[in-house]
Amino acid sequence: MWDYNEKVKEYFLNPRNVGEIKNADAVGEAGSLACGDQLKLMLKVDDKGLITDAKFQTFGCGSAIASASALTEMIIGKTMDDVAKITNKDIVDYLGGLPVEKMHCSVMGHEALEAAVSNYYGESPETLEAKKKHVVCECFGVTDQEIISVVRDNKLLTVEDVTHYTKAGGGCMSCHDKIRAIIEKVSGEAEKTVVPKPEAKKLTNLQKVKLIEETFEKEIRPMLRADGGDIELIDIEGSRVTVSLRGMCSSCTSASFTLKKYIEPKLREFVSDDITVEEVKP
Amino acid sequence: MSQNVVYTDNNATTMVAPEVVEAMMPFFSQLYGNASSMHFFGGQIKKYVDDARGKVAALINADPAEIIFTSCGTESDNAAIRGILAAQPEKRHIITSRVEHPAVKNVFQHLGKNGYRVSEISVDRLGRIDLDELREKLDHETALVSIMWANNETGVIFPIQEIAELVKSRGAVFHTDAVQAAGKVSIDLHKTPVDLLSISGHKLHAPKGIGVLYLRKGVHCVPFMMGGHQESGRRAGTENVPYIVGLGRACELAHEFMSVEQREVARLRDLLESELTEKAIDASVNGDTEHRLPNTANISFKYIEGESILMLLSEVGIAASSGSACTSGSLEPSHVLRAMGIPFTRVHGSVRFSLSRYNTQDDMHFIVQHMLRIEKRLRDISPFGRDEINAH
Repeated sequence: MWDYNEKVKEYFLNPRNVGEIKNADAVGEAGSLACGDQLKLMLKVDDKGLITDAKFQTFGCGSAIASASALTEMIIGKTMDDVAKITNKDIVDYLGGLPVEKMHCSVMGHEALEAAVSNYYGESPETLEAKKKHVVCECFGVTDQEIISVVRDNKLLTVEDVTHYTKAGGGCMSCHDKIRAIIEKVSGEAEKTVVPKPEAKKLTNLQKVKLIEETFEKEIRPMLRADGGDIELIDIEGSRVTVSLRGMCSSCTSASFTLKKYIEPKLREFVSDDITVEEVKP
Repeated sequence: MSQNVVYTDNNATTMVAPEVVEAMMPFFSQLYGNASSMHFFGGQIKKYVDDARGKVAALINADPAEIIFTSCGTESDNAAIRGILAAQPEKRHIITSRVEHPAVKNVFQHLGKNGYRVSEISVDRLGRIDLDELREKLDHETALVSIMWANNETGVIFPIQEIAELVKSRGAVFHTDAVQAAGKVSIDLHKTPVDLLSISGHKLHAPKGIGVLYLRKGVHCVPFMMGGHQESGRRAGTENVPYIVGLGRACELAHEFMSVEQREVARLRDLLESELTEKAIDASVNGDTEHRLPNTANISFKYIEGESILMLLSEVGIAASSGSACTSGSLEPSHVLRAMGIPFTRVHGSVRFSLSRYNTQDDMHFIVQHMLRIEKRLRDISPFGRDEINAH
């Protein structure tokens, strides 16, 4: 059993600010179904940029609920400019500490907040996604930017630490060298955070179609079909892949998560690492 | 904890039966001799070890000479797999299933990185093994097949008779991890041509720290532990007499209670499952309910997360386990449920209730009452499946 402190338990057992805000002024989402966590943060912001209300919904473990709960308490009454400075470490400190393996829950809180701030300033989730396009850990879909920020904010020194904070490197472990390189860069020259970019594979469209179809068949369809759904490749334009979700998937509320957090990372892993996936309704 | 405890995590470990504790006690005090000694004081101990060996053998209908005491199920698995491969170094292909316990899975993974060709047999949506795939994968290079008797997470029982016959017909050695099956379902090794079989004491109401490796007569297996001549030179190390005696008594009790347990424990399990699947917002049973251990229920609650469920169950004194990533210590969700193709939203929300003869009908009602409350509470927090709650 995880060693949660009393405050974490309290915030889990009696979560603050659970629920939905209709017509929220800012919404941010983070997490992934594959990892078993998903957080939706909704904010009400007045014309002076002051957060008057914050609510959350989460699918996640005890520390995810506690982290989200703490985060809402921390940001109500603050301005959007103030909260933009909040890091995952602030959430952990507010809770009086989290087990090291559970640090990624605070990171999820921070990411949802970041997304909400971007959303407030008019950046679409797609732009935000595009900003973070260098996925380092394919297993859990963790990007270089996410790793850089936890390494910097929490002064992390080992790959194991990064895994505890972001899950990156916890699966197939093939990205450990890249994570090590990021740690060295960040800790060595704090002002410069350049990361080795993975070489993009040059594929013809035909090769892409073939690879995508194979990936659908082997990696994606078995999961979708298990839930009564299916997927069809509609079009490819450069690195932009358009698909249509069928069956149960077409009416599933979590389809957009599946698309961005599962299908896209799989295609990046097996086809090409610059792919973006979009859905067209049948 | 001073509150009432409802313990339904018996596939993780079991309570040591009071009869077992009683049987062990003299061997911590007056009967402390070394069974290998030449003098009367040690010599008198040997008959107790032999007696326990006979009781273990009787549970699986084996010859007492085929029973080797080890320190745990994991040791038995390691000793079996590595010992068989060391005895026939020229064969470099090994086969296992995708749903093994880490005590087998990780040994195979290690061997795969060290020159062995490893084949993993798939399971279907209900967790049933693909016998055709096994038939295809067996070849003249196959040294060993290791497939569990029953799965620890779902309780699904594999057709070991058929698997053992198939493997033997192809000239390979067959090992089965029967840690979850032993004591719960009937095992007859005169009838079933298994070569090696692992048992763990603490899964059948004996203490932790004692296990058994069954090694069929005539099967050559290089010893894992070398040293003294204990266990006929097959497992060195001074006999852990109190635990061996305890395990013997536990096997005797398991034998005695087996038919009652298969009926009674299964009745409680079925009650729990039917109540939960009928009354919950979205709960479904994982695994083949036709061929399953009588004590195991693996239930997925959609859109809620396992660790949160376990923490809230814990609050009211209910002990269970989950296939969620957050409860595993690693970050990956259950490899068993994933191998079955269960979607992530259900894997993370899976809860395993594993019963024993010490559970009661009141326990089941208590679990149902709290589980329904907990599901409702976590669904209210969850961003997924909002419409279904409103419809419920």
